[in-house]
Amino acid sequence: MLSGEKATTPAEEQPLLEVRHLSKSYRGPKGMVRALDGMSLTVGAGEFVAVQGPSGCGKTTLLLAAGGLLRPDQGQVLVAGRDLYALSDEERARFRAATIGFVFQQFHLVPYLSVLDNVRAPALALKTANARQRAEQLIETFGLTHRRHHVPAELSTGERQRTALARALLNRPKLLLADEPTGNLDRESGQAVLGYLAEFARDGGAVLLATHDPRAAEFAHRIIPMEPAAWTASATEGSR
Amino acid sequence: MSLWRLITREILYRKLNFALAVLSVLVAAGCLVAELTLLRSHDLQTAAILAQKEAEVAARMKQVEEETAARMRQVEDDYRKIALKLGFNILILPKDQNLSDLYADDFASRYMPEDYVERLARAGVVTINHLLPSLQQKLKWPEQERTIILMGVRGEVPILHQVPKKPLLQPVPPGTVVVGHELHRSLKLKKGDRIKLLGREFTVHQLQPERGNKDDITLWINLREAQELLDRPGQINAILALECNCSDDRLAKVREEIAGILPDTQVIEFASQALTRAEARNRAAALAQQERAEAAALAAKILDDEKTARARLRQEQEAFAHVLVPLVLAGCIVWIGVLAFNNVRERQVEIGILRALGLRAGHVFALFLTKAVLVGLVGAAIGYLAGSLIGTYWGEAPAGVRFDPSLLVLVLAAAPVLAALASWVPALLAARQDPAVVLREE
Repeated sequence: MLSGEKATTPAEEQPLLEVRHLSKSYRGPKGMVRALDGMSLTVGAGEFVAVQGPSGCGKTTLLLAAGGLLRPDQGQVLVAGRDLYALSDEERARFRAATIGFVFQQFHLVPYLSVLDNVRAPALALKTANARQRAEQLIETFGLTHRRHHVPAELSTGERQRTALARALLNRPKLLLADEPTGNLDRESGQAVLGYLAEFARDGGAVLLATHDPRAAEFAHRIIPMEPAAWTASATEGSR
Repeated sequence: MSLWRLITREILYRKLNFALAVLSVLVAAGCLVAELTLLRSHDLQTAAILAQKEAEVAARMKQVEEETAARMRQVEDDYRKIALKLGFNILILPKDQNLSDLYADDFASRYMPEDYVERLARAGVVTINHLLPSLQQKLKWPEQERTIILMGVRGEVPILHQVPKKPLLQPVPPGTVVVGHELHRSLKLKKGDRIKLLGREFTVHQLQPERGNKDDITLWINLREAQELLDRPGQINAILALECNCSDDRLAKVREEIAGILPDTQVIEFASQALTRAEARNRAAALAQQERAEAAALAAKILDDEKTARARLRQEQEAFAHVLVPLVLAGCIVWIGVLAFNNVRERQVEIGILRALGLRAGHVFALFLTKAVLVGLVGAAIGYLAGSLIGTYWGEAPAGVRFDPSLLVLVLAAAPVLAALASWVPALLAARQDPAVVLREE
């Protein structure tokens, strides 16, 4: 069990992630660029949802907003029933550390920390009980035991992504946000990462995956296609 | 996992950034410590030099004292020997003067005409050299309510047919008074002061040094004025004759010669050798005092010159430090700030990911500020060692002053604070950085 939570079946409880009418624009060199326009979706506990679309369609913006890192222009993000942007910055950071895990395409490991330390890094934000023990356990789960004292530069891309995944899971999050986690991986590693995400969902966690990897369809419960701007979707739309 | 581990790992990873920042603090702390060590060693050296000079001066003064005392003894002895070969002083008194009264009252109570002295001078007496007529009387000074001896003098009366000699006693100008030591000391009189005596005003013409005899309570005025005040016109009561030129049975010869000229007088010897010895002692003492004063003045000048030279040197060093230290400090603070800015820019993604993992702005701020404090502490410690060694090597300090613990405390306290201040703005920028901007761009 990757999440460490009791397994639940999809959508048997209230949605773990609820995005309501989310809009976000950026100031570009030629004026405002709309990344999200009234986007809505829900992801329940134990559910693995993938959003697919071309580059620039707003996938990353959606994930950052869903993770409480990017305040939307309009709309709401509710995680486990709490409106993220109604919280103060401090509260939101604490809530994020306890509830949400991130996985990025570029892995974003801290270059000077060993695998073990990278996996333990979220314990800086939240005093996790037995953080070292939990990290060792995750490292073993992801087959990185022999690499535990290596720094990211000494790892293969697959190992790096597994390290990032282990790190995302240290604080036993309820929601995992993964932004193109297989984008830089070979087929085999990509397959393994998607497998881990699916396992996390099976264990009761919620996964929102932004990807254009067609293999995602093999693992996700639902695929939500995204178009650049003006695209809206509801949780009920699109299914595997 | 702790922030401390994150900081130390980052330092080991970006060694150059840390080393440059430490170097900057090292330079600032080293410069400050070196300057203060130089000034301190200068002070110690100054104290050592002055102590040595003072010891030399004291030794020299002691030597001068000993030499002077020896010379004084020699001079006194010389005077004593000379006095043995000298003539003696005599006092010519009215014949009816009772000598018991004279010795009891310290002055002659009988009078004789003033022209006796003229007669003696005109007679071309050969056994004496100086003639000093006087009119003296012990009396109550009504204006000051004290007993004094008033002495009227007219200076020296030249002796006919004798080659003029340097006078032993100058006359007192009319309207003026010469005051004995005890009188001017107790009345706090100064030259030029006006005093009243028996209803008449006098200006203080001269103050006599201490003699330890009746002269100390004597007022000398012009003979004519004394005769008027004492109502003794044309009268005197003694003629002092000095340096009588005779060797064997000398007093008999003088008496014989004077009796031939002034039959109404008597002649007694008057404190000749005692006076001469006293004079010898006084002159020797004055000479010794003068030599001592000159030696002391020279010693004081030598010490003053040394102190002035050392103070000037210290001022120059201080002026140099006042320019150099603030400049270096300012440069180092700017440099640490620039390095911190670079560090923040380099770690933008890392900051973004740490924020994504749930670290709060305060954590990020503490991360950079703690690193700055560490830079300050390490730089201060090495800078202290370097500065102390440089200060000792370039300074004039005697052995044992190489390390000053109070300076260590100073730089260990100040450097981290300054480094933290220099890194404050970069740390604030890092803490306020929007993680979404970086993560979206990546």
